[in-house]
Amino acid sequence: MKTSSIIILVLIAAAIGVLLMYSVDFSTYDTIESAKLKQGKYVHLIAKLDKSKPVQYDAIKDPNYVSFFAVDSLGGSTQVIYHNTKPAELEQSDRVVLKGKMQGNIFECDNILLKCPSKYKDDKKQLEKTVTQY
Amino acid sequence: MKFDGEHLLPGQVGHFFVLLAFVSSLVAAISYFTASKTVTEDEKRRWILFARGAFFIQFISLITVFLTIYYICSHHYFEYLYAYKHAARELEPRYLLACIWEGQEGSFLLWSLWHGVLGSILIFTSKKREAPVLAIISIAQFVLLIMIVGIYVFDVRIGSSAFSLTRNEINGPIFSRPDYMNFIKDGIGLNVLLRNYWMVIHPPVLFLGFASTIVPLAFAYSSFNTKKFGDWVKPALPWALFSGCVLGVGIMMGGKWAYESLSFGGYWAWDPVENAALVPWMIMISGMHCMAIYNATGNALRASYLFIILSYFFVLYSTFLTRTGILGDTSVHSFTEAGMAMNVLIGIYVVALSLPMLIFFIINYKKIPSIQKEENISSREFWMFIGSLIFFLSALFIIAVTSLPVYNKLFGTNIADPQDREFTYNKVLVLVAFIIGLLTAFSQYFKYKNTGSKYLFKKIVWPLSIAVIISVLLAIFYPVEYSKKGPGFLVAIYLALFASIFAVIANASYLKTILKGNLKAGGGAIAHVGFTLMITGMLISSGNKQVISDNRKTGLFVPFEKDPTGRSTENPLENLTLLKQVPTQMGKYSVTYLYDSAAAEKTRTFYNLHFQKIDSSTGKVNEDFILSPDAYRMKDNNLSSNPGTRHYLTHDVFTYISTISIPNESKDTAKFHVHEMGVNDTAFYSKGFLVLNGMLKNPDNEKFHFRPTDTALVADITVYGQDSSRHKAYPALTISNQQLSFIDDTVIRQNLYLNLSGLTNDRKFKIGIKESERLTDFITLKAYVFPYINLVWAGLLIMACGFIVSITRRLKAANYITILSVSLVLLGLFYMFLIANN
Repeated sequence: MKTSSIIILVLIAAAIGVLLMYSVDFSTYDTIESAKLKQGKYVHLIAKLDKSKPVQYDAIKDPNYVSFFAVDSLGGSTQVIYHNTKPAELEQSDRVVLKGKMQGNIFECDNILLKCPSKYKDDKKQLEKTVTQY
Repeated sequence: MKFDGEHLLPGQVGHFFVLLAFVSSLVAAISYFTASKTVTEDEKRRWILFARGAFFIQFISLITVFLTIYYICSHHYFEYLYAYKHAARELEPRYLLACIWEGQEGSFLLWSLWHGVLGSILIFTSKKREAPVLAIISIAQFVLLIMIVGIYVFDVRIGSSAFSLTRNEINGPIFSRPDYMNFIKDGIGLNVLLRNYWMVIHPPVLFLGFASTIVPLAFAYSSFNTKKFGDWVKPALPWALFSGCVLGVGIMMGGKWAYESLSFGGYWAWDPVENAALVPWMIMISGMHCMAIYNATGNALRASYLFIILSYFFVLYSTFLTRTGILGDTSVHSFTEAGMAMNVLIGIYVVALSLPMLIFFIINYKKIPSIQKEENISSREFWMFIGSLIFFLSALFIIAVTSLPVYNKLFGTNIADPQDREFTYNKVLVLVAFIIGLLTAFSQYFKYKNTGSKYLFKKIVWPLSIAVIISVLLAIFYPVEYSKKGPGFLVAIYLALFASIFAVIANASYLKTILKGNLKAGGGAIAHVGFTLMITGMLISSGNKQVISDNRKTGLFVPFEKDPTGRSTENPLENLTLLKQVPTQMGKYSVTYLYDSAAAEKTRTFYNLHFQKIDSSTGKVNEDFILSPDAYRMKDNNLSSNPGTRHYLTHDVFTYISTISIPNESKDTAKFHVHEMGVNDTAFYSKGFLVLNGMLKNPDNEKFHFRPTDTALVADITVYGQDSSRHKAYPALTISNQQLSFIDDTVIRQNLYLNLSGLTNDRKFKIGIKESERLTDFITLKAYVFPYINLVWAGLLIMACGFIVSITRRLKAANYITILSVSLVLLGLFYMFLIANN
């Protein structure tokens, strides 16, 4: 490994570094309030489904439209619109990670990650709940 | 207190053997280590013999532990937490294996079993290096076993045992009753996402791949011991090839699993869990190439050390990522948080061996010989090295982006994944594919040390021109239609496609013209053909993936009138709703949702979709098939679906369920009118009449799959509508666990619900008829066409064969052994990938 290889090595590393800088447009985790200040910017919200308000979904009319309300631990609240099918376990979820953009007062979501109690077999508290149902 | 109905013996046996394995792995590690430091031959011999004994005791104990866990799970001893969490009565035997490796303990056990197998082979084959090599494996084994030993040291539990009892682990009022076993009737069972054929075979292969990365590392360590740097490469190279082969196949099996069972809509999603396995593989491939360079020229020894050490390190780092719960918010399928104590242990495991090895490497760096003379730019080793470097750097790129959650934890930041995660990786790696493709094609025609430019030109001109012609023809007649990321990315896809085609052709013609068809010497070229064919397949199948369940094209549905976002048109609306028995146009197919059929597991349902491709001018049916995607619907409405796929040689039609209708009883005010009917009796409803043709006991037909041991009664009914239509309906009643349950049937076109509500005293049957104005039964699905996906699987098979050929050649095996092992591997993979699951 002498000069020429080292030069090429450095060049490649630099090229990939530059690519990285330009290519990866990282997003951030935000609260609903701070997301409202970042209109149109792609963010991740960690929130909860607001169970006091209706979840709107009718697959016969339009299978690609879900509307619901989300609240976060700091008290922020927003309407969420998701152009996809309603995740079946949405109503049962403990916590949701919503990915999307704030447009006015509406959060346009393109991806939902649900944290459901049923998925957490390894969580002892959940197991205790399951066991006491007997 | 004494508890009734518990089976404590298997747990005690299991725990004893865990402890025995744990202690003997420590004994083996210490004695092998002492042996490696002992100079006198006689004493060394004695230490080695002792260590072997300990190693085999450890291995046999682990096998016993595994069998005990299987025994507990298969006998449904839910007094053990492991069985309660992972097993269930309805699981088929093959899924009992899957439920062993679903949990942390079971998957660590699997890993340590492979350590045992590899170690046993090495005891017989590593000769002079046995002591240092086995010392490394035994140390790794010891640290791994800490995690499943489950003992208390000063009130702190070390590791988690697979044999702990449910009543000791979980608090609940029922556990204070001596007869609590009567209340735990069934376990939670295997996660429905994992109830798949691939989940049974893919983890063992992947873990063998993970476990095998330690072998080249152990050989490298043996050279630090003897200070004869470099002579470890030759014996370690077949193992590096083995590791590359098994890990590569394991990763792609994971891809096939994602394709066939997860609703990812593809075989690769750049999920952190997938990346975590890919990165060590890429570094192992880099290391393997550097080792080959060293073998041929004496260059690249330091790089070989570094890559082998890092490959092992990243296997452990990926274990850390996937098992500590750190990926929680970013990955769909990582393990959940395992508890602080477990996380600390996993952390120790990550650095226990790799950190000392890295330190050894740095200390000895100056002593490791390297050739001072500059490599010739027209030599093969130069370009091979550049290729390895690029592979290595792209692996670093992948892991750097994947590790986001780790940075957040370390620095308290709140950076999240970019908007389009897949594109973030794709746009870098498509260029990597281009460069790697070119290098793979060209460097075969370079010779080690020095290559004449005339020779090179003469040999490469034909493959190059053929590749150019094929690429141009492709661009004209079968263009890549992936334009949503802009023209720049499309050009990059074409470049990568050209480079991969070029590499396939160049390597194939290398086999023919230079090796004169001597396949035995062409392991490398065969593996390269396979790898680049796989990349070609990926580019084509992903670039031209078609969404056929596209709402915009069918024009059936108007957007929600109240949609406040105004819905942008570039948004793919991939979900399509199908009403039962109403044909809907989907791409070139007319699709009808026919009927549901039940499966052996009670929460699972198959949805039968009739696909027809009708020639519009002649009216002839060109294609006609039924796909049966299925979905598990859990108690809490959790839906988990498995795709249905129609395989053709050139493309796959792929569909999965995204929503099913939930019958909402409260809104429906219509009531069942019960008719008492004998066989061949007739009953009327507002739009026609129906006839009870007979009663079926435990039928096994298109709709039901009862077994002779079940108690089920199914009414065979034909419905005659006034519109002269005829429909079959099969309402049923079943008895299980002394509980009666009813399975209603519907004739959607007649808005008719039928049930079988019981028997009368005079041997008649109570048939309930309900007419409703509401359409209920529908499914929402996504459907894709994947073109030329078979290139991906075929490429993988060829690559695996190339690896095997190389291994047998390096081992100087006889011809028949090469042929035998290649055909075995080919047959096995062919069976697994193309036949077993259809």
